[in-house]
Amino acid sequence: MTAAIQVNAVEKSFGNVQIIRDLNLSVAKGERHAIIGPNGAGKSTTFNLISGHIKPTSGEIRLNGEVTSGLRPFEINRRGLSRSFQVTNVFARMTVWENVRCAVLWATGHRYAFWKNVDTLPEVKQRTAEILDEIHLSHRRDVPAGLLTYAEQRELEIGITIAGGASVIMLDEPTAGMSHAETERAVALIRRLTEGRTLVIVEHDMSVVFGLADRISVLVYGHIIASGTPEEIRGNPKVKEAYLGEEVE
Amino acid sequence: MTNAPTPSIAAAKQEPGSALSFYGVWLLAAVALVVLPMVFSSGGSLTSFSLIGIAIIFALSYNILLGQTGLLSFGHAVQYGLGGFLAVHVMNAVASHNWPIPLPAIPLVGGIGGAAFAIVVGWVMTKRAGTVFAMISLGIGELVASSSLILRSVFGGESGITTDRTSLMPLFGWTFGPQIQVYYLIAFWVMVSAIAMYALTRTPLGRICNAVRDNPERVEFIGYDPHVVRYFAYMFAGFFAGVAGGLTAINFEIANSAYLGATQSGLVLFSAFIGGTAYFFGPILGAILVTYLQLGLTSVTSVWQLYFGIIFIGIVMFAPGGIAGILMKHRPLIRAGTLRTVIPSYLVAAIPTLAFALGIILTIETVARFSGGDPIKLLGIPFVATAPTTWASAAVLFVGGFLVARITWRRVAEAWDRAATVARDRGYLA
Repeated sequence: MTAAIQVNAVEKSFGNVQIIRDLNLSVAKGERHAIIGPNGAGKSTTFNLISGHIKPTSGEIRLNGEVTSGLRPFEINRRGLSRSFQVTNVFARMTVWENVRCAVLWATGHRYAFWKNVDTLPEVKQRTAEILDEIHLSHRRDVPAGLLTYAEQRELEIGITIAGGASVIMLDEPTAGMSHAETERAVALIRRLTEGRTLVIVEHDMSVVFGLADRISVLVYGHIIASGTPEEIRGNPKVKEAYLGEEVE
Repeated sequence: MTNAPTPSIAAAKQEPGSALSFYGVWLLAAVALVVLPMVFSSGGSLTSFSLIGIAIIFALSYNILLGQTGLLSFGHAVQYGLGGFLAVHVMNAVASHNWPIPLPAIPLVGGIGGAAFAIVVGWVMTKRAGTVFAMISLGIGELVASSSLILRSVFGGESGITTDRTSLMPLFGWTFGPQIQVYYLIAFWVMVSAIAMYALTRTPLGRICNAVRDNPERVEFIGYDPHVVRYFAYMFAGFFAGVAGGLTAINFEIANSAYLGATQSGLVLFSAFIGGTAYFFGPILGAILVTYLQLGLTSVTSVWQLYFGIIFIGIVMFAPGGIAGILMKHRPLIRAGTLRTVIPSYLVAAIPTLAFALGIILTIETVARFSGGDPIKLLGIPFVATAPTTWASAAVLFVGGFLVARITWRRVAEAWDRAATVARDRGYLA
């Protein structure tokens, strides 16, 4: 079976500084995969590489078997990969409803159509309503996204990410800055919405990571030092030394 | 906060008959366009209405770029002017070959001219938004404007190229010689263009234009290439600018290099911004006001451009949403029924604000006419520019008006806060 995401020997340098060294990562279809690592390890850079936000200096990235390194983000998105951002990245002046609807349009095949009335497309309407329902923002549908509370914006961020129906979902620290109760809510939401899809998640909250992930990869200084099930990672001495310390006990 | 029961704004918005009121607005606009020349039938007002109509199309086309897609163009008059030139050339060709093309179809030719130019230069221009786009648009604007003086066979040099709108075949007995017939031709195109441009905002492309305006980076991650979106927007803006240019050519029976220049590009930016770019109808208000001021002020004062500048700076600083923004801010208060608590403070503030404005005007005119010129007449009172009494009154109005206005506007802000709080409690304000 081809992996959903296959990263082979990827390197990334910014000038003389090498951020990612010999990165190898394989995420199976349907797997919930968490990437953890200390600050500055290159987790967000890894996300940016896979989603096409930045191009690798060398190496190869495959999405469902197809080479995607070198493609633009929208080309990768059309091939079935969708990501969220660590810093909330929504369409601030548009309403919640419009935010989600925009994310639905390409996937429903409407592309750059300038001859269709967007308000009367039944499948767009239905899908947008479903997503809003799922992220519990139906009651806020006419509020500009910029006026939402922080937790609501994070939920909208996830809604936009999943709206296109991508088979691979990448979430960059979805619970960052949330309270304990909000985190629990968000995790339940993520678990439900990524059912049957492949999930790659970067997260600092270890309870979220170990509760959610089927497999975990540990990234240190731009290199993956270990990859395995939560139990394997917990017991791995290299990981303990480099990152986890006594925290997981 | 998240779990607090929020009064549903959606429920407040969905009033019965909203579709009726939507079509009602368009119908009202159409009726107004038809009736206007019957109410104000003088030749002067017909000319003004014609120019305002053209300015409305032009400003709306500009807002496809600025308000809808977030592209700040300093060279929008290029498409407008080229549309005008193409229209003039086609009109002359139609007349000399006796082709069966009536005059009302000519603005379409202008639109095609504007769109064609946009298709050619647009792909490179829209690669980047922001400063890069603004600079390239400025460069292209200057390039075309200056080459229009060099390529005499196409642009006719400084004198331009003339045409005769009555030389085309008449339509239903209309020769389009009289200004009233030209007015109705323009009014027809205003209606068609405005509806088309509004409809464009309600399409998938139109919505994605807004998304590109708000956050081009994120658009790439929902499957869209922002470059293609900007390119489409640029083409549509070019088309409708060309329509406006074609109408100008019909109206004046001439196209010259002034149509293409930076002044024209600046005026349309003015109109869109003063009217308010965040709402579809904003540029319409701006076009009406700016054209009206332009026509009205030139006969009253020689430094009318100075007043434009002051109005523009005032809007940028105190009401970046433009006139439409100011109006729409009141909507939740009207809905919540709290507007009447604000109005008295407005009326109080109006008096010193007016005094302040008169102070500014008197100061400007005194300076402008100090070394000669017509005597100043303000509200029917004559002032002598060289008299110390005039200077004193200007200073008193200026300083006194400013100080008192500041206090009264603070009162307005307080009254506003109270009204907004009530509106928020009643669920009409997010």
